[in-house]
Amino acid sequence: MNQLAHPTIRKFDAIIVGAGGAGLRAAIQLSESGLKTAVISKVFPTRSHTVAAQGGVAASLGNSEEDSWQWHMYDTVKGSDWLGDQDAIEFMCRKANEVVVELEHYGMPFDRLENGKIYQRPFGGHMSNFGEKPVRRACAAADRTGHAMLHAMYQRNVRANTQFFVEWMALDLIRDIDGQVLGVTAMEMETGEVVIFQAKATLFATGGAGRIYYSSTNAFINTGDGLGMAARAGIPLEDMEFWQFHPTGVAGAGVLITEGVRGEGGILRNSTGERFMERYAPNAKDLASRDVVSRAMATEIKEGRGCGPDKDYLLLDLTHLDPKTIMQRLPGIREISLQFAGTDPIKESIPVVPTCHYMMGGIPTNYHGQVVVTKDGRHDAVVPGFYAAGECACASVHGANRLGTNSLLDLLVFGKSAGESMVSDIKAMPAAHKELPQDGSDLARSRLARLENQQSGANVHEVQLAMRRVMQDHCGVFRFPDMLAQGVTKILEVEKQVMVTEIRDKSQVFNTARLEALELDNLIEVAKATMVSAEARRESRGAQAREDFPDRDDANWLKHTLWHREGNRLDFKPVQMKPLSVDSIELKKRVY
Amino acid sequence: MATVKFRIYRYDPDKDEKPYMEDVTVEREASDRKLLDILVKAKYQDDSIAFRRSCREGVCGSDAMNINGKNGLACLTDIDSLKQPIMLRPLPGLPVIRDLIVDMTQFFKQYHSIKPYLINNDHPPERERLQSPEEREELNGLYECIMCACCSTSCPSFWWNPDKFVGPAGLLAAYRFIADTRDQATSERLDDLEDPYRLFRCHSIMNCVDACPKGLNPTKAIGKIKDLMVRRLV
Repeated sequence: MNQLAHPTIRKFDAIIVGAGGAGLRAAIQLSESGLKTAVISKVFPTRSHTVAAQGGVAASLGNSEEDSWQWHMYDTVKGSDWLGDQDAIEFMCRKANEVVVELEHYGMPFDRLENGKIYQRPFGGHMSNFGEKPVRRACAAADRTGHAMLHAMYQRNVRANTQFFVEWMALDLIRDIDGQVLGVTAMEMETGEVVIFQAKATLFATGGAGRIYYSSTNAFINTGDGLGMAARAGIPLEDMEFWQFHPTGVAGAGVLITEGVRGEGGILRNSTGERFMERYAPNAKDLASRDVVSRAMATEIKEGRGCGPDKDYLLLDLTHLDPKTIMQRLPGIREISLQFAGTDPIKESIPVVPTCHYMMGGIPTNYHGQVVVTKDGRHDAVVPGFYAAGECACASVHGANRLGTNSLLDLLVFGKSAGESMVSDIKAMPAAHKELPQDGSDLARSRLARLENQQSGANVHEVQLAMRRVMQDHCGVFRFPDMLAQGVTKILEVEKQVMVTEIRDKSQVFNTARLEALELDNLIEVAKATMVSAEARRESRGAQAREDFPDRDDANWLKHTLWHREGNRLDFKPVQMKPLSVDSIELKKRVY
Repeated sequence: MATVKFRIYRYDPDKDEKPYMEDVTVEREASDRKLLDILVKAKYQDDSIAFRRSCREGVCGSDAMNINGKNGLACLTDIDSLKQPIMLRPLPGLPVIRDLIVDMTQFFKQYHSIKPYLINNDHPPERERLQSPEEREELNGLYECIMCACCSTSCPSFWWNPDKFVGPAGLLAAYRFIADTRDQATSERLDDLEDPYRLFRCHSIMNCVDACPKGLNPTKAIGKIKDLMVRRLV
């Protein structure tokens, strides 16, 4: 069994786990600086889930009307329900124009305005003049922005000769006795071989984990691998109770319909044909923040105004739009609607429901992309050698609710800043690699050995399904105290099953059954963190909407949650209310 | 509850001496609309069935396979459109790693060979390079490729010369950069393709057009490259 033999060691200056937007952006920085870099990815880079992003990337370019990064910053803080760290938010919004223009220079095929500049469309929660009225800030390539972006960044990496390890799965983080991160263990899918990737700097850019929910817009590969690995290595996970339910997933299928549809003029309607968002958000209407729209939709359904025989979905109406707008700006949406809803949006409305979409929480980092933990009473102690960016990280710019188009911006800005930090940190390190601990690969090898030898165990698919059901039923758009308490018990029961999963396929060649079992080890950590954090937070803020505590409680809960795997316990850290250069955006009631 | 019958190509080099076709029957629920939905269920029954999949909405390009003799994406293929038993084979013309998983090295090598990145050696301006909507329009039908390889692996010219013929996907990408007003390497790109194999193995059989799950037209792009070559001669 080669997987149990002593693994080969491969040395790099830097390794990046994940080849989606954040990983590829960081890789450009590292490769172009001349450092020896490896990018490890479960899938060929252009198959990463960034490819599915649709509507746009936020930047206050002001190509169509006046805009400013200060307005963008205000919207992001307000969107986060004041849980976002204002230093990181300022950093991101100020950097937006620079990273979007860079992407254009890489060759990204943005749509264009008549004057030749990048086309921008309105998006939920993005307003001009500190919350006054919607502003065109989302830079778009039709409704395929993520695809265009991911391909452009992969292409730039081809130019930079980045070394990719495609169809390799990272298994576990390697930390030494000082807590320094020295690399990862990873398995080549094609052969089953386990290798140690030793590095001076390790970046996790492993994306989201939406597959903890039954209904999700996320790809099969979004299994929170970075979070699972971090949790097993003793790194806490931040703000895991905050999951974004996107208002418009195709009913039944879960496939995403971009908010850009509403940006182009689409309207949500209930069974009476009413534009119900006018009641919930009189100013922004259909372009309110996603948590606000999703709650409104869930309320409409709960109160019997859903559509269809079971009154369990709402309608996204584009029929009043010029068919030319649909064909030119939303061609992918039309395809998706035809494929997965069986309706042509030019003629008929699309059935939609709020669907799990994005994880606001993640591995705690500062705005340099360095992973931070609490040490000696300080909450910003850097974990040497360890970085995280993109959806797997929590900087925290999204706080309790992310604005649409801020995720693509997040991965550009923090992919780049993490890459820059790695370059400068590596230069400050000794030329030789730090010695690996003797037991560096033990955890990964013991997990593989357990799977290899498990008998009379649990079926991976059944356990995964049980987990997704518990999350969906107990930790959805609206959260109830008794359901959350039961949810914690139930998810810990599911965990016991995860520890004894059994696979029948024992092949060393592209064993996808084994991959799914290993992914489930990661998903369950994310699920536990989510449920425990949601149960503990006794307030409603952004995406956390508690029936028993309907209001935001700044006196007690203006703080970040930190979940620790060991002991399944929580502690907290303050929100950074002080931006880098401007005045703090003061707390106030959040209305759209 | 209806059933769906498959015949699936199976081969695990770890235990099988040679490939074989296996009959598989899966119970179908009302919500199962696409081939991928039901293939995932087949894997619940037998976890050793190996195939790639990710986004399940036709943008990542993972689950390309040969379905009843035609290349396509499992996630975009309606079960109802298929005659049963559904014959599932790996994409033709590439080495099989296991079951429905092929080794795509040669395919990506060809893609990489056309320098698939924007070449512009001017000092980048402070803001975006300008491009009119009409110029940008030229990229439609080109940039949307998801590199699933349905086209190249349906092309007889690619089957015979996968090491020498760039293939429809790579040539579509080549034209995507030639057509981009921001790219300065048109002449270099044409020089690179002016070769009896790299471009001229395309005989306009148009299997690629038929196979593309995104409705793209590599043959048309190839024709435009050929036009440009003729035009620069005269």
